[in-house]
Amino acid sequence: MNYIGEDLLPGQVGHFFVIVSLVASLAASFAYFKATSVLLPEDRKPWLRLARGAFIIETAAVFFIFAALLHILYHHLFEYKYAWQHSSRSLELKYILSAFWEGQEGSTLLWTIWHCVLGLVVIKKDKEWEAPVMMIVSFAQFFLATMILGVYIFDVKIGSNPFILLRESGVLDNAPVMHVGFDVANPVRPDYMTLIKDGNDLNPLLQNYWMTIHPPVLFLGYASTLFPFAYAMAGLWTGKTKEWVHKALPWALFSVAIFGLGIMMGAKWAYESLNFAGYWAWDPVENASLVPWLMLVAGVHTLLVFKHTGFSLRATFLFFGLEFLFVLYATFLTKSGVLGESSVHAFADIGMNGQLFLFLLIFVWLMPFVAATTKRQRAAIAMAAAALSIGTYFLAEVIPGFPLYVILAGIVTFILLMNKQVPAVKKEESASSREFWMFIGALVLFLSSLIIIFQTSLPVFNKLYKLNTAPGENSEFAYNQIQVLVAIIIGVLTAIAQYFRYKSTPGNLFLKRIALPTFISALVATFILVVIKINYDKEGLGFLINIWVALVAGVYAVVANLLYLFTSLKGNMKNGGGSIAHFGFGLVLVGILLSSGKKEVLSHNTSGISIDFGKGSKEISGENLTLVKGVPMTMGPYKVTYEGDSAHPKKALTYFKIHFRSPSDSFTLYPNAFINYKGNEGLMANPSARHYWDHDVFAYVSALPDPTKNKDTAQFAVSSKKVGDTIYYSRGFIILEKLVGKDNLPLQNFDKTDTGYTASLRVQSINGPSYQSDLLMIKGKGQLLFQSQDTVMAQSLVLQLNDVRNGTAQIGVKESSSVMEYVTLKAYKFPYINLFWGGVIITVLGTLISMRRRQLLNRAR
Amino acid sequence: MKKVHIVLLILVAAAIAVLVSFLKTTTTYDTVATAKAKPGKFVHLMAKWDKDEPLEYDAIKNPNYLAFTAIDSLGQKINVVYHNPKPENFELSERLVMKGKYTGDVFECQSIQTKCPSKYKDEDPSRHVPQEDRKTTYNNTPPSVTTGKQ
Repeated sequence: MNYIGEDLLPGQVGHFFVIVSLVASLAASFAYFKATSVLLPEDRKPWLRLARGAFIIETAAVFFIFAALLHILYHHLFEYKYAWQHSSRSLELKYILSAFWEGQEGSTLLWTIWHCVLGLVVIKKDKEWEAPVMMIVSFAQFFLATMILGVYIFDVKIGSNPFILLRESGVLDNAPVMHVGFDVANPVRPDYMTLIKDGNDLNPLLQNYWMTIHPPVLFLGYASTLFPFAYAMAGLWTGKTKEWVHKALPWALFSVAIFGLGIMMGAKWAYESLNFAGYWAWDPVENASLVPWLMLVAGVHTLLVFKHTGFSLRATFLFFGLEFLFVLYATFLTKSGVLGESSVHAFADIGMNGQLFLFLLIFVWLMPFVAATTKRQRAAIAMAAAALSIGTYFLAEVIPGFPLYVILAGIVTFILLMNKQVPAVKKEESASSREFWMFIGALVLFLSSLIIIFQTSLPVFNKLYKLNTAPGENSEFAYNQIQVLVAIIIGVLTAIAQYFRYKSTPGNLFLKRIALPTFISALVATFILVVIKINYDKEGLGFLINIWVALVAGVYAVVANLLYLFTSLKGNMKNGGGSIAHFGFGLVLVGILLSSGKKEVLSHNTSGISIDFGKGSKEISGENLTLVKGVPMTMGPYKVTYEGDSAHPKKALTYFKIHFRSPSDSFTLYPNAFINYKGNEGLMANPSARHYWDHDVFAYVSALPDPTKNKDTAQFAVSSKKVGDTIYYSRGFIILEKLVGKDNLPLQNFDKTDTGYTASLRVQSINGPSYQSDLLMIKGKGQLLFQSQDTVMAQSLVLQLNDVRNGTAQIGVKESSSVMEYVTLKAYKFPYINLFWGGVIITVLGTLISMRRRQLLNRAR
Repeated sequence: MKKVHIVLLILVAAAIAVLVSFLKTTTTYDTVATAKAKPGKFVHLMAKWDKDEPLEYDAIKNPNYLAFTAIDSLGQKINVVYHNPKPENFELSERLVMKGKYTGDVFECQSIQTKCPSKYKDEDPSRHVPQEDRKTTYNNTPPSVTTGKQ
């Protein structure tokens, strides 16, 4: 059948290049493999040339795929499911990009394209390690290419094709209108494109500029994690187990900086635009990316230890190995749909569980394969891996936990073989050496990351062992109570470790040098604890004391590193990357503790019904406050008034004007919300914040009146009143001030004999303001001809004049909430949040400075 | 034994202790029937909002009081009280994960997570079909049916 209005070329081009990239990456991987294993240099050259060619073709292919998909989105070709599902005609260009990586396929492409770019850097800059490193990189690229392949082999789906057509995707299968003769059994009608007027649109919550920039940076971070891993594997593969570290160090630092930045951009996005009132919620998706980052940081530190002392090489191999495995595990967690119940922003299952798991399994077993030293070992491992992959397919449901054991077996095999190949130093580190404390710190980071991933993996354990465990009552505290202890240890180690020397430090020298930072830190920390104060009592005194100690440790890290930079390094910024990064990290710790420990809800409800949460519960009964238009309410130090709203010129977005006034300050916030977006009933709100150097005030709309749902059930209460009489209502009283009757109305459609009556009322509310209300009623021949209703919005009153007889007026009064314009607001104060953001930026900059220095040192070698 | 090994041992022991105590705090996912069977116990109740029953929320009276009826996949119903406004996507959601306790005759909810079909999955394509085309021929199938395979 010929379908009308389809443009099939971009999809065909795109899919062709998917296949090209698949073949080219496999070819590159194999050619690089040959290049590493042939002995004679003249045999190597052709393999290398082939490998490079293949990788460059692969890169070009990935760019073409990227361009084809972008073309489809940009030109709104809704015949492609990806465009229909993720975009709409009204999207601005920046959100077209957001729509590109909203889906799984697009985000995989983003990851792939960064691998290509970074791979080209290796090819250009590092001829020595190119072959073994790029062998691993190309191999990873091959797996990523399979993820966007979209073919079926014996009913097993391999990858999800971003270029699939809407009519072939199954989306239209149950829509009779799309089929010939309105019967779903018939094929799709040839002119179906005329019915597809617009796409599904980008989720309005994702229509945010952070969605445009956070994913590219995060995926650059994700992509960069492959390189420390690839260098470590290259070291094992070639038997040059010590030489690789120099080259891997800048890569690892780059990865720490960019991956960390990407994660924190996500945190900033959450803080600014989502309304869970914070920047970190220990959501599985967040944890899954934090864990490999922590392992990378641990690996960087053990690598430095090794460079200076020869210790900790095995630990470095382990950390750089696991770091990438956990990136793959993170991919599995977020893309397999396994997090369904426990995460708010994981992707849904698109039937690629098996493939994602296989990706992880192959890389787990790649590690012992690479670490093995004889051909026989390698053959045995390859066979074991193949057998276990197939075994997992059949046994996963039979033996509980089988897939986990396969993974663990791979890691254990790797550790055994790696230990055999990598020498360890017999001598013991001195307790007065820098390496000793750095190693302890790395170990603590590593264990903390394992604890986090264990806690995060509950849904996976449920799947593996058919359990039914859910997170605890206070799932965030379950993380915080452990990580606060980690913060204490890491804070102190960050402060003191640099004051030790490598190998050993004379005791009095260390004490002499650490005395000043310790003294200043004690002063600063005391000041913070006494003057600024943290009284976070929600989780009991024990936790509060931990927070205090962690704060002292954080301050210690800040002060000690700052002083180290200016005393020991004489302010030499170029060599001070480490100290700068550690200084920033200390600020991050202090910022976390102060902002979370002192976070305040401003919108405490004091007027509503207070609810008893039971003994021992410190739950605050009402964190939302309703503001009636024009009526100021008290929120902490502020008088807050809802002044009105306005609509976005193009989108279905409403802005609410909320004015805050305190004795010293006055400002207006404009929180916005999508109301009933695209026919979907409900409210999607975005907060608005006022930033100060030392705190942020932050508000979002949590409920709005729903005119269709709140039927006006209130009745008019009618009473007979004379001039000067008073009518009482729930929040004040009304005085009838004037009553006038008039004939001969100068109005059309009324007879001369008709009489008009006007009543002037004054509405006096208890809390101060009074309002004027004039009512009109026209009577003719005993019949009611016209009646006006007047609404006193701020008092939710509706008034009308029913009848006038002998100077007595029948006045109807209705109290109704449905006439009121109001918003329900949640408002927060975040103190010292800028310490956190500033700390993140300084940490990233320090790490990049460090990376630059290591690059220059490598060049000088 | 090296000092490092001793430290390693201590840290690993501490990590295991921490995880064991963490496992003790975990709860369960429950249906209405099993949640009712353990009153006072903190659970994750999986159900959805029963739109046939009245929903009580009046932001003027109390913006921190939401009461509605939830129905689980087995058709069991339960009254839920939540001391907050409606969570985002409440109306859209196919499923609610409600954390809280069954006390007396209501489920006292501490937090609600909404699970939407539309968020990352396909939506009903008819939504984008012009009105005149759909009124006679189109029966509104639930989005979940159309999502199937991608």
